[in-house]
Amino acid sequence: MTSVPMTQSSAAERDQHEGPFLQVENLKVTFPTQDGPVTAVSGLTYSVEKGKTLGIVGESGSGKSVSSMAVMGLHDAKSAQISGSIRVGGTEVVGLSESHMRGLRGNSMAMIFQDALAALHPFYKIGGQLEEAYLVHHSSASKRDARRKAIEMLDRVGIPQPDRRVDDFPHQFSGGMRQRAMIAMGLINDPSLLIADEPTTALDVTVQAQILDLLQDLQREFNSAVIIITHDLGVIAEMADDVLVMYAGRCVEYGTAKQILTSPEMPYTWGLLSSIPDVTASTDARLIPIPGNPPSLLRPPPGCSFHPRCVHSSKVAGDLCSTELPELLPASSGTAHLKRCHLTDPVGVYRSEVLPEIAPELVEETR
Amino acid sequence: MFAYVVKRLISGVLVLTLVSMGIFLLFWFGPSSPAQPICDRETSNRCTQEKLAVYEKTLGYNNPVYEEYGKFVKGVFVGRTLTIASNEYPCAAPCLGVSFRTKQPVKEELVSRIPATFSVAIGGAFLYLLFGIPIGVAAARRRGTVADKALVSSFLFISSIPYYLFALLTWLYLTITFEVPLFSDTGYFAITEYGPFKWFSGLFLAWVALGIFGCTQYTRFTRGAMVEALSEDYIRTAKAKGLPSRTIVYRHGLRAALVPVVTIFGIDFGTLLAGTIFTERIFEIQGIGWWSLEAVQGRDLPVVMATALFSAVVLIISNLLVDVIYSVLDPRVRLS
Ligand SMILES: Nc1ncnc2c1ncn2[C@@H]1O[C@H](COP(=O)(O)OP(=O)(O)OP(=O)(O)O)[C@@H](O)[C@H]1O
Ligand code: SF4
Ligand SMILES: [Mg+2]
Repeated sequence: MTSVPMTQSSAAERDQHEGPFLQVENLKVTFPTQDGPVTAVSGLTYSVEKGKTLGIVGESGSGKSVSSMAVMGLHDAKSAQISGSIRVGGTEVVGLSESHMRGLRGNSMAMIFQDALAALHPFYKIGGQLEEAYLVHHSSASKRDARRKAIEMLDRVGIPQPDRRVDDFPHQFSGGMRQRAMIAMGLINDPSLLIADEPTTALDVTVQAQILDLLQDLQREFNSAVIIITHDLGVIAEMADDVLVMYAGRCVEYGTAKQILTSPEMPYTWGLLSSIPDVTASTDARLIPIPGNPPSLLRPPPGCSFHPRCVHSSKVAGDLCSTELPELLPASSGTAHLKRCHLTDPVGVYRSEVLPEIAPELVEETR
Repeated sequence: MFAYVVKRLISGVLVLTLVSMGIFLLFWFGPSSPAQPICDRETSNRCTQEKLAVYEKTLGYNNPVYEEYGKFVKGVFVGRTLTIASNEYPCAAPCLGVSFRTKQPVKEELVSRIPATFSVAIGGAFLYLLFGIPIGVAAARRRGTVADKALVSSFLFISSIPYYLFALLTWLYLTITFEVPLFSDTGYFAITEYGPFKWFSGLFLAWVALGIFGCTQYTRFTRGAMVEALSEDYIRTAKAKGLPSRTIVYRHGLRAALVPVVTIFGIDFGTLLAGTIFTERIFEIQGIGWWSLEAVQGRDLPVVMATALFSAVVLIISNLLVDVIYSVLDPRVRLS
């Protein structure tokens, strides 16, 4: 574990600092287990500016939650080893003391979780849980101020009759309302960074759309940096400015949403695109799940971690794919677009082999 | 909620009826005549066939069982006068009969023994919680460490000893071997008569034996419930809010973990109130537990019946209270 010099900045400094609000560099998260160390995230670098949304996509187990929880400092220091650098508003949080970290959590940065029913305490009223989140960072505020703030936030996220519903318990809310309440709780202290870990997965489609709209509205209003974690490229298409594709704990492709969705250069991203039917809104597109299973993080395969499942590795000379980890290098569509793959002509392969599979009508247009 | 309580009380009365019938039948159709022990005692073991017949007749054992059971039930509501051999014993409502050994109305003796048993139960239960919960929480917070493992295995060891042996050893060592000053004169001394200090010192060792043995179980419960609660999503949420760890552990974790612990505690406390046979016997406390032991040994049917009914009443009420408390603690539970 590399120790990083601790920079402690005041709230004022934090707001004035230069550059993106969140900067993650070379993040590595390892869990020592009985069978050996599990490296859930490695070499992860990304940044998010205020007012922008980063989408993180990847299969289950690819390290999306683990990396975001590292940003929030939610890993147990005893069971997770974290190295690299995470700067939140200019403050280095890797190695930051627990008491400083507590001042940031829920205040400068907030996280909302997938299953709101499980994530809210079943025995406390919604209002009480919101008030608690407010009071812990506003020690001079009164209980009445906190309650007023809680009702205001519930109103803001579209809970009807917030002054009455504030006294409900979580189980008395519908699924969509619970997620709204989670969002209200996350935003109650005007955080500059909001991490939404699969905020809509447990909800039905119409409610999903409402929640995503709400998040977008609130982001405009609060001008916060947002990270949205999802399996769903549809969510990415609607919400994200930038996209980070993760596979087996690593970034395998990074770019603007347009670059990732229209000219992806990494076979795993192609696989993700194939597995959703509506990326191009074409009705006859087919759902092609990626064959095979994610690799073991305990004993990751040598070389490119995707090679056991990759149908294009034969196009790479020699056995490079199974021996050498490809670096994250600029792609052909622009400097901000990065990919981790040995293929020499990914654009050609995509046009000739992938696009006809997932969106036949697009092939004509791009010719 | 009110309707629920009424419903439960009605079913409680049904249970009491069944328990009393069961005991009645067991004695009635037992291997020897129910009048045999009292006849033996009153004739100094020279109970002849004729004398036995007199006892059987006056006690009503020649009548059909349902008729006698009917008299018993009636006595509970309006009182009755019992005849044993040539003597008459008035028994006011609620009449539970007259002890075959002391000839005292059972109810009065029962009432006089409640304070002793209640004192034992209060102190023991207090120690269950006083030690069980904090140690359980501490172990859960240090889950997997050497301290946690040592604690869990030593408590497992204590709770694998049979309780009567544990209580007996406690008594033996603390009163005979070491003669712990002040506390060696065990027994129940009513506060009203002997003052609080004598009351406390007489019961102290019984509480210690009961408390240490029982708290191991509470430690394990609390630890388990706490480990489970601390792994819940809402604990992660609490942490993400920036709450201090004390608030997370107690207000969020313990609050949830207490629900199952309180449930078990309610039942245990009821069991203690129904009488602790070993504790009372070993520490010479004249409570309901010891009384029931004597009654069984002396085949004192009315007393056995009374102690069994008393246990049933206490357990029915404590079960009901547990359900009510549960619904207060967990807002998701609705009683119906
Ligand atoms: N405390 C831990 N100890 C050991 N391994 C862990 C621990 N926490 C997470 N992991 C492993 O890290 C990997 C990444 O998990 P993570 O939760 O980040 O996946 P994810 O991308 O969020 O998946 P999902 O989409 O299912 O939420 C998983 O393989 C998981 O088993
Ligand atoms: S490096 Fe090889 S195995 Fe990995 S994605 Fe590219 S082509 Fe497939
Ligand atoms: Mg996840």
